[in-house]
Order: sequence, then structure tokens, then C-alpha cells
Amino acid sequence: MAEEVKLMKGNEAIAHAAIRYGADGYFGYPITPQSEIMETLMEEKPWETTGMVVLQAESELAAINMVYGGAGCGKAVMTSSSSPGVSLKQEGISYMAGAELPALIVNVMRGGPGLGTIQPSQADYFQTVKGGGHGDYRLITLAPASVQEMADFVTLGFDLAFKYRNPSMILADGIIGQMMEKVVLPPFRPRLTEEEIRAARPWATLGKRADRKPNIITSLELDPARMEENNIRFQAKYAEIEKHEVRYEEIDCEDADYLIVAFGSMARICQKAQELAAAEGIKLGLLRPITLWPFPYEAISHYADKVKGVISIELNAGQMVEDVRLAVNGRVKVEHFGRLGGIVPTPDEVLCAIKEKLM
Amino acid sequence: MAKIQGAVVVNKERCKGCNLCVVACPADVLALQAKEVNNKGYHYAYMENPEKCIGCASCGYVCPDGCIAVYKTKL
Amino acid sequence: MDIQDIIKPENLVYDKPRLMNDNPMHYCPGCSHGVVHKLIAEIIDEMGMEESSVGIAPVGCAVFAYNYIDIDWQEAAHGRAPAIATAVKRLNPDKLVFTYQGDGDLAAIGTAETIHACNRGENIAIIFINNGIYGMTGGQMAPTTLEGMVTATCPYGRNVELYGYPLKISDLVAKLDGTCYVTRQSVHTAAAIKKTKKAIRQAFENSMAKKGTSLVEVVSTCNSGWKMSPEKANTWMEENMFAKYPMGDLKNE
Repeated sequence: MAEEVKLMKGNEAIAHAAIRYGADGYFGYPITPQSEIMETLMEEKPWETTGMVVLQAESELAAINMVYGGAGCGKAVMTSSSSPGVSLKQEGISYMAGAELPALIVNVMRGGPGLGTIQPSQADYFQTVKGGGHGDYRLITLAPASVQEMADFVTLGFDLAFKYRNPSMILADGIIGQMMEKVVLPPFRPRLTEEEIRAARPWATLGKRADRKPNIITSLELDPARMEENNIRFQAKYAEIEKHEVRYEEIDCEDADYLIVAFGSMARICQKAQELAAAEGIKLGLLRPITLWPFPYEAISHYADKVKGVISIELNAGQMVEDVRLAVNGRVKVEHFGRLGGIVPTPDEVLCAIKEKLM
Repeated sequence: MAKIQGAVVVNKERCKGCNLCVVACPADVLALQAKEVNNKGYHYAYMENPEKCIGCASCGYVCPDGCIAVYKTKL
Repeated sequence: MDIQDIIKPENLVYDKPRLMNDNPMHYCPGCSHGVVHKLIAEIIDEMGMEESSVGIAPVGCAVFAYNYIDIDWQEAAHGRAPAIATAVKRLNPDKLVFTYQGDGDLAAIGTAETIHACNRGENIAIIFINNGIYGMTGGQMAPTTLEGMVTATCPYGRNVELYGYPLKISDLVAKLDGTCYVTRQSVHTAAAIKKTKKAIRQAFENSMAKKGTSLVEVVSTCNSGWKMSPEKANTWMEENMFAKYPMGDLKNE
């Protein structure tokens, strides 16, 4: 049977993919530019078909804590928001990292700081990959560059979250959320039954049966020796994720003279800039991190000795460029170009910046 | 009329000597040890006047630490 | 008759609840928390819900409630227990889901979560320990601190012109259409404890019967925070707390 191709917004694709994944619950609070995720779920009424719970919470704080509660029961639960709302969710995210709870969080970024703008931005890179909440923790961070990836990363995000018992984030921007594009949605999967969850996730709080001790979902441990042990366990887990889950895409990198590093919607604009450059005889490679954490340090490092310069192009004042510089470690010039406040640069502008800064 | 006789068993290592059982007892059965302490240093509760116990379990209900078991029989 | 002859299993009339384990509780001597913990353990056992109960513990003195009652628990961020309970119950409608929260957790930082869970009529039970003070952090002013009451952050007594009035949050949630049962009880005497047990049992049964949200406020003592003996704290509670927080049902539908 031929795959069914549909046309929809990135935000809508997230909602449809979540239902098809067999997600148990969505808890959210409206905020532009991602409200279509909850709107689509409400329209689809999955509680009548798959049994998925969809609830509009009173705040982002409540929503992320509902996700904590659902995740603590071993359920596949998610939330979505945009930058100011994700700031509010940081408390819950830190607690979930500390309690080792798997869940999917979607951030369709808008410009900040503060209330900022509703226009697209990538300025939450630091917040997402360098912490955001308190404590030593990491979020598995997936950066989609198409509506197809918005749909695909729901499955990937949930699967990685459960594999490592850690929250995952889809870090999209307003362009990917609002853009309409062709998409092939994943097939429907049934939601897990309680018995299946009890077997697969024995830590879940679904009621203590006689055959086990009580399950306690908590991030609290007042004994410093045991708290250090917990942290060492988290770090070992993060090291495993860094070893196995780095994902990136390379476009024309092998014989490039200059390397662009860009993620999400910015990577697509850079692809056009590559074409414009090629027409002028300039060989630009594009390395697109798909996982922002774990970051593709090695892949970027590989090109540091081969190109004449590297540029990180972002919808922010220079955030990912710090990781690019870590990867390059001074071996070649690394520059940054970005537009702020919701302005998205044109491919021409990108090419001009590359010429000005690297050539 | 049959006489009711009760008995209180205090888990003395769990007891924190809060005195609430002593206050709750309607029959003046319980007291805190005046000198002796448990391993945590608390003057724990004990039956000072065991013969007076009517097994009403008021001490058990008010005990915040679940240290008290109460028994009762008709003589 | 020797006392040892009475101490036989067939004569047992009261004991520590089966679901309360042997971990020594961290609460101060005479703290009301232990009594309420015992009631919860007894009721879950009596309802036969041991294998399908999930408790949500707060931040505050009761943060370690999960160490003492042998059921599944989730430990919430400060004030967020009703949000967590909302999801646990909605995703598991056949479980007994309850929160256990103090006055700072429920009526200050978590006011929004409390009000909205109650307003949605979540089928959960909320056990609310109101002792008018922040116990765990060392006796600071709570939203429920009485007018004139001395705490570490209102050392000259709560001045309502500066800090507002004691928050009667149970009265507030009783006005919401989502609540089916709101009651105010205490655990300072055996008689009061028996009434509180009935109230918590009803709250748990309401949640299983999907009647909406039940809230049981237990007006309690914090003898350490109040800087009194446990006995004196009970008397002080009766003389002062009960005037502002009178006992009895605020709503029972």
C-alpha cells in the first residue's frame, strides 16, 4: 500500500504523530506559535479512539507537572509550549531529569528574552542543551528541519526518552511549527496496556503489588553520598547517550572549502545559500546537527583540518557557535552569523555574511 | 459485671516521649520514664499503673509514631 | 491476672497499621503528621486498595511521607501535587489517587494547582495539613498563620496590614462546583481522630465513585514551630486555631 502523503503544519504533524505513536496523554497551555498542537489534538478527540488523554492545564507549571505525574506511571506523555512557557516548565524538567522520568517536551521557539516576539527564533539553544533548570542534567534534544521531521521526532523522542529514562525535547522554531509541507505520518500503534507497562517499566507507580517493594518517584535524596551516587549514575547515562545517539546530516561537506553549521529552519536557508555559492564557484558544506544534545562534536572536528573556515548560522546572537568552537578547538577560524528578534535572514544575506566573515 | 482489663505495649525504641498518650489516657495508666531513656535518648512511655488500663486505645489513636499496641480482655 | 496473659493476638484492639512500615518517622515528637499517616494507611488497607493506590507527597515536612506508608508514591515539586495527581488519576481512573500537602504547599506556592484541580472536579482526594506555619524550613509565616501569631518571618506577630489575612482556602474551594466534599477536622483527641478517619475514608470513596474533588483539612499542631510542648500545642490549637478554622463540614454533596 502506498504511503499516504498529507499536507499540514509542523505543529499539526506533532499532534497527529503523537496520537499514532500511542501516546497516553498530552498536557499543555496555549502559547503562540505552537497552539495548533493542542488545538489539533482537541479536534481529533483521541480519547474516543486510542484513549489518549488531552488536557488544557491552568499554566505551563501545571502542565509539566501533569507530565511528571503521567510519566511517573510509566505512561507516554508529552507537553508542548514556546519559549516563555518553556521557561516556566524548567522546574518540572529538572525534577523529571532528577527522578529519571521519560517524556516528550516540544518547544516551538519564539524570540526573547522576556515576552519577546511571536516570530521565530533559535535563542533557547543554551536553555535546552546547557541546563535551563537547576542541577547537572541533560535533555535529549532533537532539532527538526521539516514537517516530516516534526512527525518523525515524536516517535524518536519518545523512544529515546524511554530507552534512557530521560526527558526528550523537540526544539523547533516558529517557522517549522507554522510551515505547511508534505508529510507521511507514522503508522498507528496501540497504546500499551497497564500490564505491558508494568512489565516494560517496572519502576512505574501503578500500585504496589505483593511481589515488589513500593515504587517511589522522587528527585530527593538528602544523604549526600547517595545523592552523589545518583548523579554519577546520571552522568554515566548521559555518556551512553553521547556515545550512541549523536545524529546529524551532512550536505556536500567532503570537498567543501568552508563549513556551515546550522540547525532547524536555518539549515534549510543555508542549503539555498549553498546553491547560490555553488553558482559562484564557492564550495560550501553544510553540517546540520539533528541532535543538539548530544552534539556532533566529532563530526565537526573531522572537518576542522579540511576547511578554511567554519561558520555557525543561527537565529540568535551566537549560542551553538560555542559548541562548534569546542569541536574545532582553535584549529580553524570559527565565526557566527545570526539575526535577532524574529528576523529570518535570506539566503543572499547568509552568503554575504559568509564571504564577509570567512573569505 | 465482668471487669475489663487492658494492656498497653509500647515499642520503646520508636517512642519519642511526646507525652500525648499520657495526656490522652482517661485512666491514668501511662507515664514517661522519669530517668530511663531509649537508644535515641527519649524518655519513653510505659504503663505506670497497668492494673488501671481499660483497653480503650486512646493512647494508640493519638500516638503520632505508631508505637503503641493495645490489648483488652474480660476478666 | 498477669499483664502478659492479656498480651495475646486474640486480645489485640489497636496496633500500628499494617501498611505503615518500621522506618522511624523523621517528624518531631508529638507531630500531627504521624497520626494522619496512620489513618491513611489504615483506610487504604480497609478499602483493599493497597495494590491500586498512588500517593502524591508534597514539599514540606511530609516530603518523606513515602518512606512510611508502603504504597506507590510520587514526590511532587513544591505546590504541584494536585497537578501530578490530576494526570495520575486521569491516566489511571481506577486507582485511588490522593495528595498529602501542608499549608505552604497547598495554600501559598500551590494555590493555582489546588484551585484548578478542585475546579475541574478531579476525582482525587486532597489531605491538607494546616498548622499555620512552615515547619520544615524552621517556622516561617504561612498563608494560614493567625493574626498576631509569631513566626520566624513575622517575629512581632502577623500584622494583617503588612501580610494580609489568614487564608481560609477550604472555604474557597468549597465554593467551587468541582468539589463534592470539603471538611475541616483535627487529630488532637481520640474522638477527633475517629472523625477524621471517617472524613478521609469518605474522601477516598468519593474519588473512587468519581464524585469530584474532596478536600480534608486537618487543623494540626506544629509544636516545634510554635515553640510549645505537644500537649500545650493541642490546647493552643483548640483555643486559637479553631476560632479561625472551625471544625466541621463545609460542603458534603
